[in-house]
Amino acid sequence: MSAQQLSFYQTTLGKKVVMAISGVILIGFVLGHMAGNLQIFLGPEKLDAYAEFLHSMPALLWGTRIVLLVSVFAHFLSAFSLWKLNKAARPQAYAKQVSQATTYAARTMRWGGVIVLLFIVYHLLHLTVGAPVAGYEIVHGKVYDNVVNGFSNPAIAGFYIIAQACLGLHLYHGTWSLMQTLGFNHDKYNHLRRNIACGVSLLITIGNISIPVSVLTGCLS
Amino acid sequence: MELRSNAPSGPIETAWDRHRFDMKLVNPANKRKFEVLVVGTGLAGASASATMAELGYKVKAFCYQDSPRRAHSIAAQGGINAAKNYQGDGDSAYRLFYDTVKGGDFRSRERNVYRLAQVSVNIIDQAVAQGVPFARDYGGLLDNRSFGGAQVSRTFYARGQTGQQLLLGAYQALQRQIQSGNVEMHTRSEMMDLIVVDGRARGIIVRNMVTGELETYMADAVVLASGGYGNVFYLSTNAMGCNVMAAWRAHRRGAAFANPCYTQIHPTCIPVSGEHQSKLTLMSESLRNDGRVWVPKNAADCSKDPSQIPESDRDYYLERKYPAFGNLVPRDIASRSAKEACDDGRGVGPEVGGQRLGVFLDFKDAINRLGEDAISARYGNLFEMYERITDDSPYKTPMRIYPAIHYTMGGLWVDYNLQSNIPGLFVIGEANFSDHGANRLGASALMQGLADGYFVLPSTIGNYFGSEGADIKRVDVSPDSDAAKEARNAVDQRIAKLMSIKGERSPDSFHRELGKICWDNCGMARNKEGLTGAIEQIQNLRNEFWQNVRILGDRDTLNQSLEKAGRVADFLEFGELMVRDALNREESCGGHFREEHQTTEGEARRNDEDFAYVAAWEFKGVDQAPELHKEELDFEYVKLTQRSYK
Amino acid sequence: MNQIMKTTVKNMKITLHVWRQKNPKAAGSFSTYVVEDVSPDSSFLEMLDQLNETLIEKGEEPVTFDHDCREGICGSCGMVVNGVPHGPKARTTTCQLHMREYSDGAELWIEPWRATAFPVLKDLLVDRSAFDRIISAGGYVSVNTGSPRDANETPVQKSDADLAFDAATCIGCGACVAACPNASAMLFTSAKITHLGLLPQGQVERKERALGMVNQMESEGFGGCTNHGECEAACPKGIRMDFIARMNRDFISASLS
Repeated sequence: MSAQQLSFYQTTLGKKVVMAISGVILIGFVLGHMAGNLQIFLGPEKLDAYAEFLHSMPALLWGTRIVLLVSVFAHFLSAFSLWKLNKAARPQAYAKQVSQATTYAARTMRWGGVIVLLFIVYHLLHLTVGAPVAGYEIVHGKVYDNVVNGFSNPAIAGFYIIAQACLGLHLYHGTWSLMQTLGFNHDKYNHLRRNIACGVSLLITIGNISIPVSVLTGCLS
Repeated sequence: MELRSNAPSGPIETAWDRHRFDMKLVNPANKRKFEVLVVGTGLAGASASATMAELGYKVKAFCYQDSPRRAHSIAAQGGINAAKNYQGDGDSAYRLFYDTVKGGDFRSRERNVYRLAQVSVNIIDQAVAQGVPFARDYGGLLDNRSFGGAQVSRTFYARGQTGQQLLLGAYQALQRQIQSGNVEMHTRSEMMDLIVVDGRARGIIVRNMVTGELETYMADAVVLASGGYGNVFYLSTNAMGCNVMAAWRAHRRGAAFANPCYTQIHPTCIPVSGEHQSKLTLMSESLRNDGRVWVPKNAADCSKDPSQIPESDRDYYLERKYPAFGNLVPRDIASRSAKEACDDGRGVGPEVGGQRLGVFLDFKDAINRLGEDAISARYGNLFEMYERITDDSPYKTPMRIYPAIHYTMGGLWVDYNLQSNIPGLFVIGEANFSDHGANRLGASALMQGLADGYFVLPSTIGNYFGSEGADIKRVDVSPDSDAAKEARNAVDQRIAKLMSIKGERSPDSFHRELGKICWDNCGMARNKEGLTGAIEQIQNLRNEFWQNVRILGDRDTLNQSLEKAGRVADFLEFGELMVRDALNREESCGGHFREEHQTTEGEARRNDEDFAYVAAWEFKGVDQAPELHKEELDFEYVKLTQRSYK
Repeated sequence: MNQIMKTTVKNMKITLHVWRQKNPKAAGSFSTYVVEDVSPDSSFLEMLDQLNETLIEKGEEPVTFDHDCREGICGSCGMVVNGVPHGPKARTTTCQLHMREYSDGAELWIEPWRATAFPVLKDLLVDRSAFDRIISAGGYVSVNTGSPRDANETPVQKSDADLAFDAATCIGCGACVAACPNASAMLFTSAKITHLGLLPQGQVERKERALGMVNQMESEGFGGCTNHGECEAACPKGIRMDFIARMNRDFISASLS
């Protein structure tokens, strides 16, 4: 089989790089988003003011939204196309296959990713369209109240918590994986890569879950 | 048959340089008009194919494995000798030459050996340039060790995987030439016959092992790099597929087979554990640097746990018999002593076929002296390998070892140009007989394979084309020529015959039986009676084979039984020649020990008066006695002496 | 356990479900065989030899499988045993796996490497020539045989030389591909890129090598890496996954420049 010259993106490695870079952007956003949201613990004024501040810069807001949209799209598309290639690489499965090294996080990347995507759609609809999705009225500008009202509903809070756990798992394997993909490798520091991945995902999961949990336990009201 | 060595006369130090200058060259533009077939792609074949392709010749290479990277050169552990003298310990090309001739018990051609020692230094340079990761010291320079009892440290190594790393270097060079289109590679292809046209080797018949098809390839020269014949013994350290077919087919077409009785038996192999055994595993000779060899003094202790046998009841027989060299005596002596101990009823380990075939190699003293960590640093990977196979830990209980067939010094006869007595048929690596005499030194096999492939053959084959090119090209050869068709038909009929026997016994069962005959009668010690009997036994077995072998499946598919049967059929013919050669050689030398020819102390006794010659045999027919031709050996530089390790 | 006592260990009965497939186009299926009187000291392949001898006796075609050196270095052998390439013992090829790993009465499923890029030729024997083509695409240093400089003219830092050696010990058996859920050949390819990339001799062609070898690997139909680590766990020579990161870095930097 003589090889045709593949373009960068035609290679699985190229697709992985696209996934990794879009992943980095999305992780950055998730961290920023979380940091903003955690202002909820500073009280309604701070949070609402923060929301207002963001809305006062439409160019930045929309710029960010476009970058995020493109990233999600690229992330999803490269994942889908990798999935197809990987499936084609082994059309016939083993009658028996026993895993020796893989983790739960690694095995659930694809479906975990899909759940996170569905969550994002729900999350956006929840805080924009409001009532038809969430079952209660969203008042623009009153971010604090909207959040507390929503999370007072155990079903909504529960869904958010589960989704954040999925996101955490996804980020754990994703963060470690992107370091491999982008070639962050040094014998002296390689043992840190798993720890960094663990730290990032724990930070985001705990940070995000703290909000619905606080509402449910009555710490925020 | 006339055997002319064609070695240049004059001072040995300049012989190769003068010879190279005298050789005819082929114009660069004409090189691509010459086509070469290379059979076998181990160290010798891969290095030769790559180098000839780099020079501009058109090369077609063939191997029976699925990739050239799997040739059995890959299993060589210890290292490769080269007279670099990086350690400043007094090494030189002359010393390596001297050691090799002496180690070979004065049965090799001096001028070939000198050239080998000379080009050894180029091999290391070439391998390093290819990226072969030899061991280095903390200054970043290449490390050396002393190997096999040598008095200088001239062995380059890559942990215990030197053969692997050198083969991968040659393989990568070969793959590069395949990519550039200069080499056409045929894997899973087995040479079934040689085509000789007008007295010259001009082609081969090959069986495509996947489709079963017979293919005819014609060219201007044929190079055999098909390895040794150690598997005639069935159990050996060779790979399962190693076979004598290519060499034997060439022999049947007229190539002389030289010194087939020179077989090397390696003392430190893992013993046979039962009837199921398919091959033997070698462990590096370096183990003898720290291990002490012993057996119980009393046969009654042989079934005991070694830890229950007190020091006073142990016989450290090498240290007792050879106080000067102790456990580091040469391979043949260490092997024979182990056999003597076991024949004496003092072998250890499980009984196989009614005898315990093993001796202890004990590291207890070394561990006490140096600590377990130091021993682990030196031999950790070998101990691990041993434990994987035997389930015993050498840290806790002595290893058991026994000699096994490891290398064959004999092979097709070649002259100084590595050309056989059939013009256009060149033979390199273990497949030829030239450089090791009656016994090969440790770490010299890799050296010879690569010397032949990288540096000698590519020059001498050019001389053949340069001086005889016009004559070669005058004869038109095509796959439809009579000689090619005749060869192809012969192969076709042979396969048809094998498939039609439909007997009762598997090819493997014949191989096993042949191996036992050879090992019992032509192994570590040989005598007239045993050898004479063996000839008859082999003939009978061969007759039975052609009436009773069972091959299932079809010939036109991948059929491993058929492959095996073809190889066993040739071993059944070759084995007889080996035994005949051993019978003819009424002396003991190197790996060939005739019980009738030993000193009163039981040491080998050479007979330089009558046997300082290469025995080259000419094929006269399967059931005919072969004809012996002699190439007398002169020793101008190395004085004939008796080896002594007392 | 000492070696003398072990000789009394009794032989075993093993039930095998072996993948049989006549040729690349034929559909394969499992056949079940019982092998009696298997010595615990025999290797896995010797147990298959034993099966084949009985099959020949019965007039059935023996099972085809690749094997050669039987000392774990040539890389010829390899089969998936009960879902694990080369069987259950870590850092051990099939030929070095011994039957003492199993107990009497064990039931084993034996399958070939399964990958689009490794088509089954017959039974357990697959075509791994894709690996050779990957090497052809740049897994070498372009140096003709001739008169290279003296071997000691270019010192190499010991730690680099040792790591290069670790990468160079790959035997090309294909267990990494067999183990990977995506049948990816990244571990194999990265081992060669790492080996040559760590040595001064390999620097000149470093970029072309990464581009060429990755391109060939991708064209052969191997899958991509999703960092499960199955390859590393299955590798009989302990080739490490961080070599893949090295390859990725070389490939990315070569693609960018």
